[in-house]
This record gives sequence, C-alpha cells and structure tokens, in this order.
Amino acid sequence: MSVNPRLYPLLATIGIFIAAYIVCWLQFPYMLSTRVAGNLLTDNAYLGIVAVGMTLVILSGGIDLSVGSVIAFSGVFIAVVLRETGLHPLIVFAMLLSITTAFGAAMGGIIHGLAMPPFIVTLAGMFLARGASYMLTIDSVPISDPFYEALKDAYWLMPGKGRLTFIGILMLLSVAVGALIAHRTRFGASVFAIGGGEHTARLMGVRVGPVTVGIYAFSGFMAGLSGIVFSIYTGSGYPLATVGAELTAIAAVVIGGTLLTGGAGYMVGTLFGVLTMGLIQTYIVFDGSLSSWWAKIVIGVLLLLFILLQRGLLRVTALRA
Amino acid sequence: MLLSIRSLSKAFPGTKALDAVDFDLEAGEVHALLGENGAGKSTLIKCLTGAYRRDAGEIWLDGAQISPESTSQAQDLGIGTVYQEVNLLPNLTVAQNLTFGREPRRFGMIDGRAQTRMAEEMLRGYGLEIDVSRDLGFYSVAVQQVVAIARAVALSGKVLILDEPTASLDAAEVRMLFDVVRGLRDKGLGIVFVSHFLDQVFEICDRLTVLRNGRKITTERVAELNRLQLIEHMLGRELEDVTEHGAAKGSGDDQAQSRAEILHFEKIGRPGLVEPFDLSVREGEVIGLAGLLGSGRTESAELLFGVRSPATGSARDAEGAVAHGTPREAIRSGFGFAPEDRKTDGIIADLSVRENIILALQARRGWTRPIPRAEQNRLAQKYIDRLDIRTSDAEKAIGDLSGGNQQKVVLARWLAMNPRFLILDEPTRGIDVGAHAEILRLIRELTEAGMSVLVISSEFDELVAASDRIIVLRDRRHVRELTGSEVAADEIVRAIAGRPAEPATTMEATR
Repeated sequence: MSVNPRLYPLLATIGIFIAAYIVCWLQFPYMLSTRVAGNLLTDNAYLGIVAVGMTLVILSGGIDLSVGSVIAFSGVFIAVVLRETGLHPLIVFAMLLSITTAFGAAMGGIIHGLAMPPFIVTLAGMFLARGASYMLTIDSVPISDPFYEALKDAYWLMPGKGRLTFIGILMLLSVAVGALIAHRTRFGASVFAIGGGEHTARLMGVRVGPVTVGIYAFSGFMAGLSGIVFSIYTGSGYPLATVGAELTAIAAVVIGGTLLTGGAGYMVGTLFGVLTMGLIQTYIVFDGSLSSWWAKIVIGVLLLLFILLQRGLLRVTALRA
Repeated sequence: MLLSIRSLSKAFPGTKALDAVDFDLEAGEVHALLGENGAGKSTLIKCLTGAYRRDAGEIWLDGAQISPESTSQAQDLGIGTVYQEVNLLPNLTVAQNLTFGREPRRFGMIDGRAQTRMAEEMLRGYGLEIDVSRDLGFYSVAVQQVVAIARAVALSGKVLILDEPTASLDAAEVRMLFDVVRGLRDKGLGIVFVSHFLDQVFEICDRLTVLRNGRKITTERVAELNRLQLIEHMLGRELEDVTEHGAAKGSGDDQAQSRAEILHFEKIGRPGLVEPFDLSVREGEVIGLAGLLGSGRTESAELLFGVRSPATGSARDAEGAVAHGTPREAIRSGFGFAPEDRKTDGIIADLSVRENIILALQARRGWTRPIPRAEQNRLAQKYIDRLDIRTSDAEKAIGDLSGGNQQKVVLARWLAMNPRFLILDEPTRGIDVGAHAEILRLIRELTEAGMSVLVISSEFDELVAASDRIIVLRDRRHVRELTGSEVAADEIVRAIAGRPAEPATTMEATR
C-alpha cells in the first residue's frame, strides 16, 4: 500500500527528528536517556503548548503574533495577583485563562467582523498584552506559593531516573487534545476548510465567524496555559519574558510540517517540530563549545528546508492533477 | 409543486436584478433556467441558496414558505447547488469533502472509518473508482466536479441546482453526468439546470424558463419549442445569421489557398503536451482548432504563444526565424493570445477597463515610457466604441462587467497591439448568445483587415461558422485538416471519432 501524499511533510518531520536524535546519540550516547528526554519535554513545555494553539491558527490560514506577550502577561498577572491577594493559585489560573481566552476571542471577532488581516490584529494584541504586563509591574515578581512549589516538583520517575514532570505531561496532553480538536471534530474540519479557502468553506456550510472566534480563543487559551506553565517553570512573572516566543512557535509549527498558508498539517507534527528545536538546543549544551546562536542557524536552515519541501510537494501534486 | 417562487424581486444599487419573477419546479423534472448574461439567473439562484436575501416575493418549498439565510440553511432545507467552478476544498480528502458538515461521530469525535465508508457509499453509482482518503486536489477537475455533484445530491435530497456543471467536462463525462441526472430525476428530485449549451438543454431538460433583464419571459415544455424560438426568447430579437461566413466559404476556397503565407510553424511540440505539428498561417484567415477537452487544443495554443516553451520545432516568416519561446518574445513577434480562463489569465479584475486595454501595449513600450493619460483615454474610448463594450465608463473595474464585455476588453487589448497573428482560446465560453454573434463578427472584421486568427472552441457550429479551415485534434495530436467544403460540424465529429469519411489526409499520412 502506498503512502498517502498528504502524510509526506509529517513523515519528513518525524524522519528529521529521528535522524537528528541518532546524530546526537552517536556523538553523545547519553543523549538517549530518559533524563534527557524528560528534560526535553520539561524545557519545551511552554513552547509546545503555545505551538498547539498556533498550529490551529496557522491551519486556518491565520497567524497569532500576540502569544509571546500573552505568556509574559500571564506570568506577571499570576505573580502579582498571588502577591496582592490570598487567592488559591487554581482560582487565579481560572481567572487568567478566562482573560486570555476572551482576549483571543476578541481578536478573532475583530479579524472576522472587520475583515482585517490576522497579522495586523494580533500585532496590536501583541503590543496590548505586553503593555498590560508592564502596567502590572516592571520588575520580575517571584512566586512563592506552596502549591506552586508542589506543581514544580511534581514528576513521575521514568525508568532510567528520567523525570517526566507535570508540565511535560501537560504539554503532551495539550498536543493530544489539540490533535483531537484539529483532526477529529467538526470544528477542526471547519478550521481546515477555512485554511483551504474561506469563500468555499462558507459555501460548504462553515459558519466562518464563530469558527474564527473559536480559533483565536483557543490560541488565547493555550497562550494562557503556556503562561501558567512558564511561570511554574521559572517560578516568577516578568514582563520582559518570552519576547519573540510567537515566532519560535511559528517556526516549530512550520518545521512540524504544517503549511504556512493554511489548510494542511498535523498537530502531532508540531510536537516533533518543538522537540527538534529543543534537541538542537540540547546538543549545543552537550557540546559546550558551540555558541547558542548555532541553534538559530540550524532552525533557520530547517525552516527553509520545509518551505522548499512544501513548494516541491505542491508542484508534484499539481503535476499529477 | 415542489418549489415555487412568486414575484421574487432583488435590486442592487443601480440595477433591478430580478423583477417579480415566478418560477415553478416540479418533483421529477429537469428544468432549465436560461438567459443571457445579466438576465438574472445567478441572482435567482443565489436567492434560492441563501447567498442573497431577496427584497420581495415568496419561496415555497414542499408547501411551506422558506427564507434561506445561508447556504447551509438552504442545504438543510433540501436545496443543494453545484457550481461551474468546483466549490470543494482541494486540501481536504475526498471523504472529508463528501461528508463535510455531517461527519459520522462516535463519542463526539469524527469516526474516520465510518467517514470513509459513508463517502464510498455516496460515490456509488457515479462510476468513480477513487481512493477517498486522498486529497481532492490530487484528482482531475472532472473527478472533482463529480464529487461535488455527489455531495450536493446527498445533501439536498429535494432540489438540486446545477449551475453550468458541464462547462469543464468532456463529452463522455457529460454523458455520465446526464445519466446521473436522469436517475435523480426518476427518483423524484427537482433539478434546476443552468447551461449555455443549448444542445444539452434540449437533451436533458423537460421544461425551461427564460429570463431576460431580470424578468421571466416564458416557461415552456422543451418538446414544444424549437431552437430558434428559444433563442428569440432569450435575445428578445431575431438572431443574426452567424453561419453567413460558412455559406460563403465554398466559393472563396481557392482564394483562401492563394493567400500569402505569413507564418510557418514546423514540428512544434513538447513531450507529454502535444506531438509535433506543422502549422501554416495565411494572411487574413481564420484557423479553427477543434477537439475534445484534453485533446491538446489549449496546449497547442500555449506552445505557439510560448506560454509553455516548445521542446521541438521552429517558426519562420518571410524574413526568417520568428522567436516565440516565451510570451514576451511572441508578443514582440506580433502574436496575441486571449486565454481560455479569462478570469484568472485574461483580465486583471481590479483594474479598470482602460488599464486592462493598454496593458499589453504598455508592456511592450516598457515601463520607463508610460503612455500619456490622454492617449490612454483615447485608446480606451476608441475600443469601447469600436467593440461596443457595455460599460458606464472606462474607469469601471473590469471585474464588474459581464463575461462578454470582459472578453471584448481582452480583444481590445490585443487589437491595440495590432498583432499579425491572434490566438483566441474559447473566445465565447461563458458568454451569452448575443455577445457570441458579436465576437464572431469581430473576428470576421479583424481578418478582413489582414489579421490572421486562430480560434479554439468546443462549439463546433461556431467553429464552422467562423473558420476558413479547421484543424482537428485527437489525443494530443493534430489528426486532420478540414478545408473548403469539409468545414462542417459532422466532419469534425468524424475526424475526432477517427473515422475519416475520405482517405487519410496528408497530415495523417505524414504522421
């Protein structure tokens, strides 16, 4: 049985990840341990979660530039509210997620209602969220809450002494839920439809308005969740944190095999995109002598590779038709 | 009565698109909706499918009054539509496209396996053997069209609107489609059939309704109407005799042969596209290219104009070699090309009529030497008058014009260049009957002025009327050249069918 061509980018992503891991393992055999694997998940948890939201946005042919700022806002919001009030962190989480989800939904509403390009609307959102975090504080605010400490130290010890942390698990769960939403719900089918062509999607019965609002609300929710994870990971809230995280997330999505113009891709590909980028960082840490800028260069090359791959695939498909 | 529309009206700023139109559709009939462009057919359909909100009037479906407010609502009510351009998503799989909006679910999640089964079930009876898990875009347009029909049929259940569904299908596919349509009619669906192909209307439809200028002119049984009456209804006037040229041809045959050859193409071809062919172009003649869809008509034209560069062959004129490997070179060599897909390749919809007319001329001059605005205006006005382009003024966006007028603007663009060899690929596709005749007359005028024209058309009658000789293609090969009294529709059909009435022509012998 031949492989369905729509799987090619996903297979390429997984193939590159495995190949990269083999290269790392040949040079540093210790890389193939559950400790490294566990850290890979933990260190990239916030990125993976936000990339899940970004994947859905990009699948619809849109883009969400606000998420990096929203992550920073989330950390600052949690830290400040915890400091100023005696609320339980879970209540603060609920408040935060409602805010970021509503924020995303509002951007989606503007994008659809005013027929504005997502780029501009979410760019405005990016400045708004960043500005809002500065309004709360200009300093790094440490979080000292026993519940937080508990979350930070929660892990499951894998064989080989690797720690599968709570936030790592949360990231994997997010990808799983994201994959179900994207590939196994009518909402997800509508997202692909809009990414394939908004006009056609409307003719096929997609209610573009509510779906668009839903997409950006989802991205806002994931950005908020990512902010929670980031605050657990760093134990503080800082308004200058995660500058450019939105671009890293977009890179992860594209390396994950999702078509930047929308309409084609797989949620699980994004997980591998994130892990591949994390692997490059890990390799540089292991090597010790390489500048961390090499990570950016490799990521740049990978991005280019995937864009070329997608172009090539489009051409092949066009020739066959 | 399955569907009945009573005094439906819809106005747009400046025009009354529909004026108190009545329309009845019975269960188990195929009902043609005919009219020139701008008659109100598409507005009526859009009111039915919920794309437009009507201003006044009533729509009754199955005895209940309905007011669909969106396409999906119309679908739920039982009104499904298939458009000329496939309105499905090429990035989704065939199964996803077919089941979109009603995917089978288990525990709230789409059940992929059931979805595949459902899609295969829906395609049964359409004669398609395809892998439904492949992207729709992987398949040919014809297959996509059939998938679109299968989807609409499954969704609608009561009323099926076919808006020029056959425009991109070849004869065999049209036959298959018509079998499907008859089957659906016999099952009791009401089918609204919109088409410019009158043959197809007479073949498949039980009744027809003619619209003109937003009003209903008549509803008749097809069996009780002849073609002339129908065309008179559509035009509201007597049709000019477009076969005049064809009749005069017999006597002018010798003259045609004696005309000076201005261009000679030798062994032009490209593997996988068209097998090498020779073509000799004489001054002031119309050459027709006939063949089925996919026979290599358009591809031949594209090779001649350099849209795709020929792998073999050369061209020469009286002065020597002629470069035509790219459109730029071809234009410099005095060629013009009005492509088949007017909307994407022919016009720039957001630019004005004036800008579209001067486009090629300006490109030849180079952007460092802009054509003065006064000169542009003069040119635009000249061709608007000469070709009778119906537009309120030269600054109107061309996308707002009707198909026929857009085509005239494309013609004007090339006339402004004064090419010696003009290629027209389906110049009358999607154009109403009146504009048809005008375009044909224009072609005639051009050749009288000495220009040579190559016309591609899938309407053989039209080709016969327009052409001095006709080259017939089959399976990407130039198989026959018809001259003189051979220029006739049944001769074309015979040549395509591969049963020449006479011994093989030289073209076939040399192949």
